[in-house]
Amino acid sequence: MEWQFFFELFTNGILTGLMYSLVAVGFVLIYKSTDAINFAQGEFCMIAAIVTAGLLQMYGVPLIVALAGGLIFMLLFNMGLERFVLRPMIGRPIVAIIMATIGLAFLFRGLGPLIFGAETQPINLPIPDDPIIWGPFFLIPIDLLGAGISLGFLALFGWFFMKSRKGVAMRAVADSHQVSMAMGINVERYFALAWMLAGVVALLGGVVWGSAIGVDTQLAQLGLKVFPVVILGGLDSIIGVIVGGIIVGVVEALAAGYIDPYVGGGTKDFTPYVLMILVLMIRPYGIFGKPIIERI
Amino acid sequence: MLHRESGYYKTTYAADMELFPLPNAKIAITVFILLFFGLFPLIMSDYYLSIINLCAIASVGALGLNILVGYTGQISVGHAAFMSVGAYTAANLATKLDLPFWITLPAGGFMAMFVGILVGLPSLRVKGLYLAIATLAAQFIIEWIINHTPAISGGVQASIAVPRPNLFGWEMDTQREMYFFLMVVLALAVVGALNLVRSRIGRAFIAIRDQEIAAEIIGINVYRYKLLAFGISSFYAGVAGVMYTYYLGIANYEMFTLPISIDYLAMIIIGGLGSVLGSIFGAIFITLLPVAVRIFMEVVGVYFVDGVYLAQVIAQMRLILFGGLIIVFLVVEPEGLSKLWLNIRNYFRVWPFSH
Repeated sequence: MEWQFFFELFTNGILTGLMYSLVAVGFVLIYKSTDAINFAQGEFCMIAAIVTAGLLQMYGVPLIVALAGGLIFMLLFNMGLERFVLRPMIGRPIVAIIMATIGLAFLFRGLGPLIFGAETQPINLPIPDDPIIWGPFFLIPIDLLGAGISLGFLALFGWFFMKSRKGVAMRAVADSHQVSMAMGINVERYFALAWMLAGVVALLGGVVWGSAIGVDTQLAQLGLKVFPVVILGGLDSIIGVIVGGIIVGVVEALAAGYIDPYVGGGTKDFTPYVLMILVLMIRPYGIFGKPIIERI
Repeated sequence: MLHRESGYYKTTYAADMELFPLPNAKIAITVFILLFFGLFPLIMSDYYLSIINLCAIASVGALGLNILVGYTGQISVGHAAFMSVGAYTAANLATKLDLPFWITLPAGGFMAMFVGILVGLPSLRVKGLYLAIATLAAQFIIEWIINHTPAISGGVQASIAVPRPNLFGWEMDTQREMYFFLMVVLALAVVGALNLVRSRIGRAFIAIRDQEIAAEIIGINVYRYKLLAFGISSFYAGVAGVMYTYYLGIANYEMFTLPISIDYLAMIIIGGLGSVLGSIFGAIFITLLPVAVRIFMEVVGVYFVDGVYLAQVIAQMRLILFGGLIIVFLVVEPEGLSKLWLNIRNYFRVWPFSH
């Protein structure tokens, strides 16, 4: 009995963690290729989910059309954002970039409900709702699907950055804007590409999480879960995102299962941060992160 | 026009070190003091005074954050948590030990300073974004600890009723009396900050912000000064927290959550990073924003929005304006309101010539 409870928490933690990774990978994508820090990743997911749910509910289009609509919207939307908000921020102090994305986050949180209404909207994916019981494990289909999508896309991004020509160019851009320009890379185009990819990831994250917990402004809280994930894993590592996500998911689930009854709840939200602080003390660049060499 | 430096010669070191060397500035300061301590409390209604009170509290908090972020270049997303430390320290001292405000106010500040230095400890190794997220973690952890320790907060989701500040039997329980209390604290905070940033410590802060390694090479103990910046910033935050508790009459952790920290960051961005005056401008701006949005929506918005949804739309409008303004300022005027003010002043300084 005791062990079954543990396994249940553990497996659900892993699945939830992989779903966190899906959101976090958008953050890492941006950081890896543009060196910008996106505090609005949760809001991106929220906007993508709100648009998709709006298309589904208001116009009654089939799921695949709604997803395509959401995809086109996110691509155009993020391209515009990059052009008009983030590009002027290049080379500015880090606090300016952080504040710009925080400003975006607030803007979305206000605009989303204003345009699409503040009610919670469902996204129904064509999968069963009943949990799957498999030996000692008790699995929820949407979590399984989310974890699957997450793993698939993380593998895809890993391949993209390591092997493909565009991915290598993106890494070069992140390393040094000037040198990549001198090497004939169109830096601005790759910035736009990075933000558009982040939009695609936000759509996936938004739809998966939206169908798991419903679509409203609460979805934006996901953005806060992303930080421990990316810090634990290291900001520029795809493998790190998976590992960080799993650690955060498991720690959260175990804390909620074992500590909450004694202290009256709420540990779920702050244990990942405690863990993150501990890791930062020992490895200031995360488990898989690259140390930054400072020069004058 | 009025603000000209020519014709004033400094003959002593003391004259050179004055905070306001120009006679015009001295006159302006005197006029300000007369206005804020004489005329305004006499003629203004309680409603307007309450708005000024809120601006004063926010100004002290924003000054503190600007010392850390604007002058030292260390990002903190946990400012509100330090405020809550000050607020709860003062609330507990005032209710359990019956201490007067002139003990609880600095006590709250020092307690926040202690916690702030603790949070600043990783700042030597952890930098930039990582530091921002570490302070974000501090925000959550402090919030949770306060909320879940009954000895501090009086129980989960509870709030502590705090007695009004009392000076030798004179109880400050109206807006007007609170106004004087808050204004005196604000004046002390402003003078303190103005003097701090031009002292050896302030110069060291600026050196660390501009180029950390270079600062270390010219002999600045970077770690010590970073911790000092965290300490001073948190002291201001703690004092602002105490002011807020006394102003509201209760201490509640919900007054000091993450969005409040973001509000303070927005204040110093909009006001101007690395500017004492900018902190005050920004604090006034962000404090007045919801008031302005509400008035605007109640006058104009009723023609567009169904009355039932009005409150909801006002809340959303506030978010949109808040986020939009941060972005506009960052893109168009990165140095904020204080730069706009300087532009105006410099225009008149050489008037009628262009430069």
